[in-house]
Amino acid sequence: MAANGDEKRSRREDAGGEEEEEEEEENGGMIMEAWERAYADERSWESLQEDESGLLRPLDTASILHAHYRRRLLRRASAPASSRIQKGLIRYLYLVIDLSRAASETDYRPSRMVLVSKGVETFVREFFDQNPLSHIGLVIIKDGVAHRLTDLGGTPDSQIKVLMGKRECSGEASLQNALELVRDYLGQVPSYGHREVLILYSSLNTCDPGDIMETIEKCKKDKIRCSVVGLSAEIYICKYLCEETGGSYTVALDESHFKELLLEHAPPPAAIAEYAAANLIKMGFPQRGADGVIAICSCHKEAKVGGGYTCPRCKARICELPTECRLCGLTLVSSPHLARSYHHLFPVTPFNEVTSMLLNKSNRKTSQTCFGCQQSLGNHGSTSLHVSCPKCNQLFCLDCDMYIHESLHNCPGCESQRESRSYDAKA
Amino acid sequence: MASLVPPPKLYTDDVSLIVIILDTNPFFWGTLSNTSALTFSFSKFLNHMIPFVNSLLLLNQLNHVVLIASGVASCGYIYDSATAVASDGGQKVPAVCSEILSRLEEFVAKDQRLGKGDLRTVAGSMSSLFSGALSLALCYIQRVFRSGMQHPQPRILCLQGSPDGPEQYVAVMNAIFSAQRSMVPIDSCVLGMQHSAFLQQASYITGGVYLKPQQLDGLFEYFTAVFATDLQSRTFLELPRPVGVDFRASCFCHKKTIDMGYVCSVCLSIFCKHHKKCSTCGSDFSHGHSELDRKRKHSEV
Ligand SMILES: [Zn+2]
Ligand SMILES: [Zn+2]
Ligand SMILES: [Zn+2]
Ligand SMILES: [Zn+2]
Ligand SMILES: [Zn+2]
Ligand SMILES: [Zn+2]
Repeated sequence: MAANGDEKRSRREDAGGEEEEEEEEENGGMIMEAWERAYADERSWESLQEDESGLLRPLDTASILHAHYRRRLLRRASAPASSRIQKGLIRYLYLVIDLSRAASETDYRPSRMVLVSKGVETFVREFFDQNPLSHIGLVIIKDGVAHRLTDLGGTPDSQIKVLMGKRECSGEASLQNALELVRDYLGQVPSYGHREVLILYSSLNTCDPGDIMETIEKCKKDKIRCSVVGLSAEIYICKYLCEETGGSYTVALDESHFKELLLEHAPPPAAIAEYAAANLIKMGFPQRGADGVIAICSCHKEAKVGGGYTCPRCKARICELPTECRLCGLTLVSSPHLARSYHHLFPVTPFNEVTSMLLNKSNRKTSQTCFGCQQSLGNHGSTSLHVSCPKCNQLFCLDCDMYIHESLHNCPGCESQRESRSYDAKA
Repeated sequence: MASLVPPPKLYTDDVSLIVIILDTNPFFWGTLSNTSALTFSFSKFLNHMIPFVNSLLLLNQLNHVVLIASGVASCGYIYDSATAVASDGGQKVPAVCSEILSRLEEFVAKDQRLGKGDLRTVAGSMSSLFSGALSLALCYIQRVFRSGMQHPQPRILCLQGSPDGPEQYVAVMNAIFSAQRSMVPIDSCVLGMQHSAFLQQASYITGGVYLKPQQLDGLFEYFTAVFATDLQSRTFLELPRPVGVDFRASCFCHKKTIDMGYVCSVCLSIFCKHHKKCSTCGSDFSHGHSELDRKRKHSEV
C-alpha cells in the first residue's frame, strides 16, 4: 500500500511537465514559475469527477481504488487456468537502451535519457521481483555501435549502478548492430530459458552496416522475442521486428505512459510452447552459514568469515546464490527466490461481495468484525460493503480484501483452519 | 477507544506495535512438560510471557500490544491493548493478566473442540497453524498503517515451539514476503527442541532477530533483553546474530522438507523426485535430458 502511494506521487511529478516544454532549458526541469507549479504539481482538475447530472464533485478515491482493484482481480481470475500458469518464468532478457543523440532531446522531462534510465531502474527491480530466476543484461547503442554494459546476471543493484555511470548520449543508433550483438550472447543460454530483447528506442531512424531484414530473420529463427518501447513516433522497422518475433511494439505518449508501457514487460509473458522446452532441473537449496564461522569458499579459493552457503550435495562452500556448484555441478538457488513466484501458481480465490443488509439477516450478531484486522464492519460510513471468502466463509473488510489479494496472497481464514490446505487443486 | 486516547498522539520513533504470535499447540506443550530434561509447562511459560506483555506496555504508554494464538485447528485474537484500555479504564496489571488468561482459556477449549473431530490432527500432525496466525498479524498491521500518517512502528514476535508444518510452506513464505515489502520485521523465539526453518527464514528475510534460548527458565530475561528493544534502539545494540539459515523447501508432491530436488522450469514447482509431468502446470518433461550438460559446457567456455 505504501509503495503504491509513492508510485502515484512520483508519477504525478513526472507527468507534470508536458504543458510548458518550450520554455525549458536543456538541463532544467526544476525552474518553474509558482503558478506553473500549482498546475503541474497538483493537477487539481484530476481530483474532480462528473456525476450523472453533470455536476462536478470531488473524487471518492477509496471506492474508485477498490472498484479498479475488483476489476483487475476478476479479470485475472477469469483467465483460463492454463494461461495463468504457463508462464515462461525463466527469462533471459537483454535490455537495449538507445543513447544516441535523439535520446538527449527534452520533449520528455527532464530529458528522454533521464526518463529512460529512471524507468530502467524501476523496471529492473520489478523484473527480478516477478521473475526470480531470470537474468537481465544491459546493452547501449550510441555512435552507430552497440556496446554491452553488463553480462546477463541476477542482481539488480550492480546493473543499475553501471547504467547510472554511462549516461552520455551521442551519435546515431543502429538497430541491426544491437540485435546482432544480443543474438550472439543469447545463443549461449540454456534451451529452457526464454530469450527476450526489450529495446527502448528514442531515434526515428537506424544506421545499419548491412541488411537488417536478414538480422530480423535470424532473430526469428533463434526464437528471440523482440519488443520495442518507442519514445518518439511509430517506425515501420520496429513494428516489423516485433511482429516477426512475437514481441510487442508500443510508443509512449508521455512520461507516465512510458513507465506504464515499460512495466508491462515485467510480468512473465505467456509462454509460447515451442519457444522453450519444459524441463525438470535438479537444484539444491543450500543452507546459509552462521555469522563468524570461517570457511574456505570454492569460488574464490579464499578463507571467508561468516555468511556463505553450503552445497547440500558435496558440502562445498559458495559465496553467492544463484550459482552452480564448482565441485559437483548442482544448480544452487535460494529457495525463497523460487517461493516469491508461488502466489502466481496458487492465487487466493476472489472474495464475494456481501452487502450489510444481507449480513444482518444471516447473522445473529449485529456488530461483525473483519476476520483479518478486527475492524468492525458495521459503521463504515457510506460504504457498508464487505466481502467473504467462498472457502472459509469468513468476513473481511475491503481494505483487507485488497491487501490479501495484492500483497499477502493468503486467506487468513483458510489458513486458520485445518481442512483446506492451500496447495492442492486450487489451479 | 477514541474517548480515552488523547487526540494528537505524539508518536516518537520508539513507540512500537508488537504483535505476539503465541503457540498454544497442546501436543507441543504436553511433550515439553513431560520430557525429563526440561520441565517447562504452558503455565510456567505464561508466568514469563504475561509480565513481558506488561513490561512492554509500561515501557511507553503509547506502546500497543496484540496477542494472537496459533492453535492446532484455529487461530484467533486473544488480547489487544488498544481495546482493553477502554473496557477497563486503565492498564492495571491484574486486569491485563486476567483478560489474557480468560481469553486464552476460552481459545484453547474451543481449539481443542475443533481439533477433536479431525482424526488427522490427533494422528500426528503436531504443527500449529502458524501461517494463519502470521496472516492475521499482517492484516492487523496493515490496519495500523492505514490509521494515518503517524503510527507506531510495528513488529511481529513469534513464540513458537511446534515443529514446522511443511504443508504451510507456500503460505508462510507468502506472508514473509508481504512482511518484507511492508518492512515489518519478524522476531522469533523458538521454544522447542529443534530449530525452525520457517522462523529462521522469516527473521532473516525481514531483518528480525532469531533466538533459540538455551534455558527456558530464563525466558523473561531473554524477552526483556532481546525482544523488548524497539527498532530504533536496535541499531545501537549487539543483538543475537543468526546461527545460520535453513533454506530447505517443501516438495509439492509429498509436502516433505528437502534440501535438494527437481524444479519445473515453467512454473518453478519443487518436487522431491523426477516426474514425467508437472502436477502444477501440466508441462511434459519426457523429452530433453541433456539440458544441464549443455549448460555446464557453456559456462565453462
Ligand atoms: Zn567465494
Ligand atoms: Zn556441490
Ligand atoms: Zn480488515
Ligand atoms: Zn478463506
Ligand atoms: Zn515429494
Ligand atoms: Zn510446472
